[in-house]
Amino acid sequence: MESSLYEAFVAILDPVMLLTSLVGVTAGLFIGALPGLTATMALAVLLPFTFSMPPLQGLIALGAVYMGSIYGGAFTAILINTPGTPSSIATTFDGYPMARQGRAYEGIASATIASVVGGLVGVTALLLLAPPLARLAVAFGPAEMFWVALLGLTLVASLSAGSLLKGLTGGCIGIMLGTIGVAPVGGETRFTFGLPAMQGGVELIVALIGLFVIPEILSMAATVRGAVPEEVAKLRQNVSIVSVAKRIFTRPVNLIRSCIIGQLVALVPGAGGNVTSLVAYNEARRFSDDPDSFGKGNVDGIVASESSNNVMVAGSMVPLLTLGIPGAPPDAIILGVLLLHGLRPGLDLFTETGTLTNGFILSMGLGALLLLPVGLLGGRLIQRAVVRTPVYFLVPSIVMVTILGTFALRNSMLDVLIMLVLGTAGYFLRLLGITAPPIVLGLILGGIAEQGYVQAVLTGAAYEVPQLALVKNPLSIVLAVLVVLSALTALLPQWLERRGATKSPSPRE
Amino acid sequence: MKAQLLIASVAIAAASVSISAGSAKADFPEGPITYTIPFDPGGESDVTARFQEQHLEEILGVNVNIRHRPGGGGAVGWSEFQNNAEPTGHEIIGINIPHIIAQPILREDAGYTTDGWEIVTFFHQTPNALIVPQESQFESLEEVVSYADENPQAVTLGGSGTFSANHLETLRLEREADIDVTYIPFTGTGPLPAALQGGHVSGIMNYTMLGVQLEDKGRVLAVSSEDRVSALPDAPTFRELGYDIVGGAYRGVAVPEDTPQEAIDTLREAFAKTNKRIAEKQRPLGFVMTDITGDDADELVNQLREAYGPILEAQQSN
Repeated sequence: MESSLYEAFVAILDPVMLLTSLVGVTAGLFIGALPGLTATMALAVLLPFTFSMPPLQGLIALGAVYMGSIYGGAFTAILINTPGTPSSIATTFDGYPMARQGRAYEGIASATIASVVGGLVGVTALLLLAPPLARLAVAFGPAEMFWVALLGLTLVASLSAGSLLKGLTGGCIGIMLGTIGVAPVGGETRFTFGLPAMQGGVELIVALIGLFVIPEILSMAATVRGAVPEEVAKLRQNVSIVSVAKRIFTRPVNLIRSCIIGQLVALVPGAGGNVTSLVAYNEARRFSDDPDSFGKGNVDGIVASESSNNVMVAGSMVPLLTLGIPGAPPDAIILGVLLLHGLRPGLDLFTETGTLTNGFILSMGLGALLLLPVGLLGGRLIQRAVVRTPVYFLVPSIVMVTILGTFALRNSMLDVLIMLVLGTAGYFLRLLGITAPPIVLGLILGGIAEQGYVQAVLTGAAYEVPQLALVKNPLSIVLAVLVVLSALTALLPQWLERRGATKSPSPRE
Repeated sequence: MKAQLLIASVAIAAASVSISAGSAKADFPEGPITYTIPFDPGGESDVTARFQEQHLEEILGVNVNIRHRPGGGGAVGWSEFQNNAEPTGHEIIGINIPHIIAQPILREDAGYTTDGWEIVTFFHQTPNALIVPQESQFESLEEVVSYADENPQAVTLGGSGTFSANHLETLRLEREADIDVTYIPFTGTGPLPAALQGGHVSGIMNYTMLGVQLEDKGRVLAVSSEDRVSALPDAPTFRELGYDIVGGAYRGVAVPEDTPQEAIDTLREAFAKTNKRIAEKQRPLGFVMTDITGDDADELVNQLREAYGPILEAQQSN
C-alpha cells in the first residue's frame, strides 16, 4: 500500500499527467460555471476521449474535470445568483447578496479557498479512511434514506427567510413537481397529461435553471440598468486573497464542521453535492452566533456550501471504490470507466492495482490544489466578462446559454419549455415571497423520501404493521429523533415569536 | 437516329439510376450515425455503447455519436424515436427486453409500440442472477424456496425497477416455486450492492454482472441462462435446479420502420464484427454475447411477450 502510494505520487508528477490535470480543472471550471452544464454532463462528454488515453491519465482527466466543475458552479452563483451546477444552490444564498454589496471578489476568493480545503479533506479521507467509512455507507438502507430526506426537508424552515408558510408552500410545490413522470417504485405514470415525453418527469437541472435563472433575468430586464449592480461591477476591492484566507482560517470551526458534514453526506448513496451543500449551509446557520446575517451576505454561508460540495468529489468515491456504490450521480460515470479498464471496485483496487487507484486519488488532490491558481485567474476572467458586458448583451446571452444548456441535457425541447414555464412561474412566485430554494429542496428530497418510505414499508410486508420497518434499526431511530429535533428547533422560535406577538397586543385589549 | 438517341438517353438514364442506386447501396453510411441510448450515462447500456463506439467507427468509416435521451425507463427516448427518426439507417437507438415488451402492456400510452421499428440485432444478454449476501443463512436456492414457503412475504428481494427483467424473473420464480416473496424495486442497479451488503434485503435478483462484481461479498444461488455463465462457472442455472426460468435483459439496436434492407444488413454486420472484438472485455463482466437478428429477433420478442404477458396482466389487474 505504502509503496504503491509512493509510486502513484511519482506517476502523477509526470509532466503529461500534470498538464492533463491542469487542462481538466480549467475545462471543468468553465463547464461548471455555465448554468445547465453539470459535472455529470462534463464527465459524460469527456468519457470517449479518455478511452484513447492510458488508464491513469484517463482517470486523472475525469477527476480533474469533476473537481473543477463542482467548484466552477460557484462563480455564476455569486455573480448572477444562478448556481452553475446543483451543488452551488446554497452558494447563491450569501454569495449574491455579497456581490450586491460590492464584495464579489471576497465571495469568490472565499469560495476558492473553501473548495481547495474541501477537496483536500475529501482526498485525505478517501486515502486514510476508505474501508471504515465504506461500512458506514452501507448502513444507509431505505428507511434511513427516508429519514435523511425528511431531515433535509426540515431545512425548508431555515431557508424560508421570514415566513414559514411561504417556505412550506414552496417545498410543497417542489414535492409536487417531483411526482411528475414514472413513479420510482411502482412504475405507474403520474401527471403526464397524456404526453409520452412527460414520462421522464421534471429533471432537477431543468427546474433549477428555470427557477433560478429566469426570474433573475426577468428582474434584470425589468430594472434595466440595475441588472448587474454597480457594486458587483467593482473589480478593485480592498480585499486580498491573504486577508480572506486569514479570516477563514482564524475561525476554522465552520470550515471543519462543513467538511465533516460533506464527507458524511457524501457517503449516503444518491445524495449528491446539492444535498451536502444544503445540509452544511443549514448547520452553519444553526450554529452561528448571528444566524440572522445568513442570506444577507455572510461569508460563512459560502464557506459551508463550497467546502462541503468539494469534499463530496473525493468523499463520494469512498463507497464507489470500495463497494461499487456510486455516492453521487457523476460517480456512476467513473464506475463505468473503471469497469471499462477492467478495474473492479473492492479492496483489490487499493492493493493489486494500488498504483492506479492511488494515482487517481492523489490526482484529485492535485486538482484541488490547482483550483487555487486556476480559480483565481479564471475567476477574474469570468467576473470581468460578466461585469463588463452591458446588460442588453448579458441578458440575451445568458438566456441563450441557458436554453442551449437545458436542451443539451436530454436533447429535449420539452425540457426547454418546462424550464421557461417554471421560470416565469418562479418570477411571479418570488414576487409573492416564495423563493426558489425551498421549491428545489422539495423537488430533490421529495422523491428520495417517497422511495425510501415505499421500499422500507415493502420490506416490512411480513410484519403486522409494515410501517415498523421505518424504525427497525438503531440508526433509523437516531435519524428519526434528529428529524423531530430539527423540526422543533426550526419551529420553536417562530412559535415563540408568534406567542410574543399575540401576547403583546393583549394588554391593550 | 432519333430513336437511337432516345434509346441511348434512356440507357444512360437507366444506367445512371442504377449507378446511383448501386452507389447508394455502397454508400451507406453516408454520414455520421446517431446512436441514442434512452438511459442515463453510466449504466450497462451506456457502458456497452462506449465499448462499441470506436469499433463501429472503424468498421463503418463514419463517426458514431452516442447521445442520451433518458426518461420513463427508456420510454421517452423510444416514443420520440418511433415518431421522429429518419428511416435512413443513420439514426439508431438502443433497445432493451423486457422494457419494450412490458411498458406497452402496462402503461395506457407508453408512447411507442413493441414492434414499431426494425430490430437490427440483440447483441448481448445479461441473465438474471439471484444473489444473497456472503453471510446469508441461505446456502442454496432450495433453502430460499422452503423458507419462503413457510414464511410468506418474509424473503425480500431487491432488483432494478418495477417490471424490469429483475422484477419479472422474481414473479416467475414465485409462480414456478409457488411461493410468496416481496420484491423491492430500486432505481437501477446502482443502489443494489449497498442494499445487499447492508443487509437491507434478504437478497437481490439482479444481473450476472453484479454477481461477478460482488464476487467476494455475495453468493450467486442461480442464474437464468440456458447454460452456465462463463464468468460465474460455479453458479447453477435455474433449469438445473428444476425451475424453467430462462430470461434476463437483452440489449440491442433498432432502426425506424422502412429503413432500406441494405442499411440494416450493413449495420448488422458491423455490430456482429464489433461484438467479436469486444467479447473479450465483456464476457468477464458477466455478459453473454449473442447475435440475434431478423426473424429470430422478432421470434424472441414474441416468445418473451407470451411468457411475460400473463404475469404482467395479472399484476396490472391487482
